[in-house]
Amino acid sequence: MIDMKRFISGGAFIQPIWVFVIAVTIFFSFTSDYFLSVGNLTNILVQTSTIGLLALGMTYVMINGNIDLSVGATLGLAASLSVGLQDYGLTVAVLAAIATGVVLGALNGLLVWKTGVNAFIVTLGAMIGVRGLIFVYTEEQSFYASNFAFSDFGASTIGPIPVLAIIFLLCTLVMHLVLKKTGHGRNTFAVGGNPEAALDAGIRIGRNMMINFMIVGFFAALAGVLLATQMGASTPNLGRDYELWTITAVVLGGTKLTGGHGSITGTLGGVLAIGILRNGMNMMQVPAFYVLVILGVILITVLIIDQKINLKSSKGVQA
Amino acid sequence: MASAEHVKQGFMLSKKHKAGLLNFLSAQGILVFFLICMFAFSLFSEQFLSQSNIMTVVRQASIIGIIAVGVTVVIIGGNLDLSVGSMLSFATVLVVDLHDKIGPIGAILVMFALTLMLGAVNGFLVGFMRLNSLIVTLAMLSATQGLVLIYSGGQNVDIANQSETWFSVFGRGYLLGIAVPVIIFALLAIIVQVVMSITGYGRRIFAIGGNPVAAVYSGIRKNWCVFSTYLISAFCVACAALVLGSRVMGSQNNVGQGYELLVLAGIILGGTSLLGGAGSIWKTVIGVLILGFIQNGLLLLGYPYYTQWLVTWVIIILAVWLDLANKRKRLLTRHS
Repeated sequence: MIDMKRFISGGAFIQPIWVFVIAVTIFFSFTSDYFLSVGNLTNILVQTSTIGLLALGMTYVMINGNIDLSVGATLGLAASLSVGLQDYGLTVAVLAAIATGVVLGALNGLLVWKTGVNAFIVTLGAMIGVRGLIFVYTEEQSFYASNFAFSDFGASTIGPIPVLAIIFLLCTLVMHLVLKKTGHGRNTFAVGGNPEAALDAGIRIGRNMMINFMIVGFFAALAGVLLATQMGASTPNLGRDYELWTITAVVLGGTKLTGGHGSITGTLGGVLAIGILRNGMNMMQVPAFYVLVILGVILITVLIIDQKINLKSSKGVQA
Repeated sequence: MASAEHVKQGFMLSKKHKAGLLNFLSAQGILVFFLICMFAFSLFSEQFLSQSNIMTVVRQASIIGIIAVGVTVVIIGGNLDLSVGSMLSFATVLVVDLHDKIGPIGAILVMFALTLMLGAVNGFLVGFMRLNSLIVTLAMLSATQGLVLIYSGGQNVDIANQSETWFSVFGRGYLLGIAVPVIIFALLAIIVQVVMSITGYGRRIFAIGGNPVAAVYSGIRKNWCVFSTYLISAFCVACAALVLGSRVMGSQNNVGQGYELLVLAGIILGGTSLLGGAGSIWKTVIGVLILGFIQNGLLLLGYPYYTQWLVTWVIIILAVWLDLANKRKRLLTRHS
């Protein structure tokens, strides 16, 4: 007999979110003939790559016990920069965009580290401020890419697989290995699980957090650039509400907000679950309004199940 | 005034004699900051300190202020409410749409009932199911946004007869020369401040936010208390929707989008800790007013809307940093 509790709580070889992913895949394959086509599946991968990249970095930050609400704004700024700076050459524009993301992440991390202010507050402020920066920079205009190499990149494929999907999957693999195999990954868990103990064990927790904020900043900027290549343009409002989707995906993937617990494989499952749900409901012609409600309900349901499993193991007063 | 916050401050002041001036500044940081801002803006713009401008700013800030009063209670109880913006959209669309269909009284009653129900869902999930409030209210943010769009079919709603009726008094009326929204804001703030600082209920909320485990051991029914804070928050949102709906006499689907952030910014500026267990309504009022005056001041100086956002960011970080000098050093700042 499979130990059901371990199975559901992700202790066994398969995480609950993947059960969910498989279930919704089977469900939608019955509701639409086109759902299981290769074209649609790669389409889902491309659609999810933006949120997916954000979620990779967010997983690290959340395992750290922090949160980053500014990813959507950073994404928007990087997208605008990568299109707006193209007069200086494509390489300069893309590098500047990604550097901006890393610098903004470093700024977030530095503020959290040096001031001790809660990451929620710091990145909430950053979210408002960076969105302000976008408007200052773009003067509320949309930018259109003049360089066709840029917009072609977003639509290019290697064999049958879109480049964007390959980039996303490669990043996922790298981030998984870093989290599982390197000292930085171990420290990330240690800092999120018990900061006091991590500090006593000689881990430089401030530096660890700052690196993770830089990682999420990098991925936000990368996602912004890739989104801009997809559209061949950028708008000042790009990335609005993305932080909500990202956090939803990461939490669905089993990463704890309290820190010290989570995985990239779970996050990949969470991202795919959201992507498949949106795509599948779209194909069933469920109005977009209902999708918002359904996703909210699913998120809360997953939380309740998660809570029920954890409650059994800790009897007594719950804080 | 036996709130945990006052006990904390008294303790802090007696302990730190060394940095006298800095200490005073940081203890009353937000008030000092407020005065400095007002002074700076009055130097650059003559209209800024005029009575009519001040009244305008306060009236504009009152909607955010009304919501912030409720969210402050939730935060003192150790939780968050990110769904207030969506709930504001929901309630405003509801009251405006029902105004012509079932009459203003019915519209107001239904709107209050349904908004309180949304608050009850939040409260049930956080209070009784003990789910993380950040995620719950985030999910409610998206779900409620969907509800508004489903209800309105994506259309904006309007009241057909735009002339002044008793319904329009909530948003447009004046009583003894003071705008009605400001009166509602002030009344709510005073009532909630009194409840939080002198009643047993208020003390229990502070206790739960400060140390939930200890609170449960001392016999406080934590679930019900947390539940009630979300009802208070929803009630405040409903009041804000009443003001907004009757002022605009119509509503967009996303009218409340982003309000949760402005509300939080105001509360944080007021110095209420997001960790719970500390904070006060009157500081939130000052925080909201600062936001309003800064935006208004920058506007009078000719800076565009988006510059105000940037300045808001800098000010939030600055305010929290200042406030933190007043609190014990956290783990991170030790020497990592």
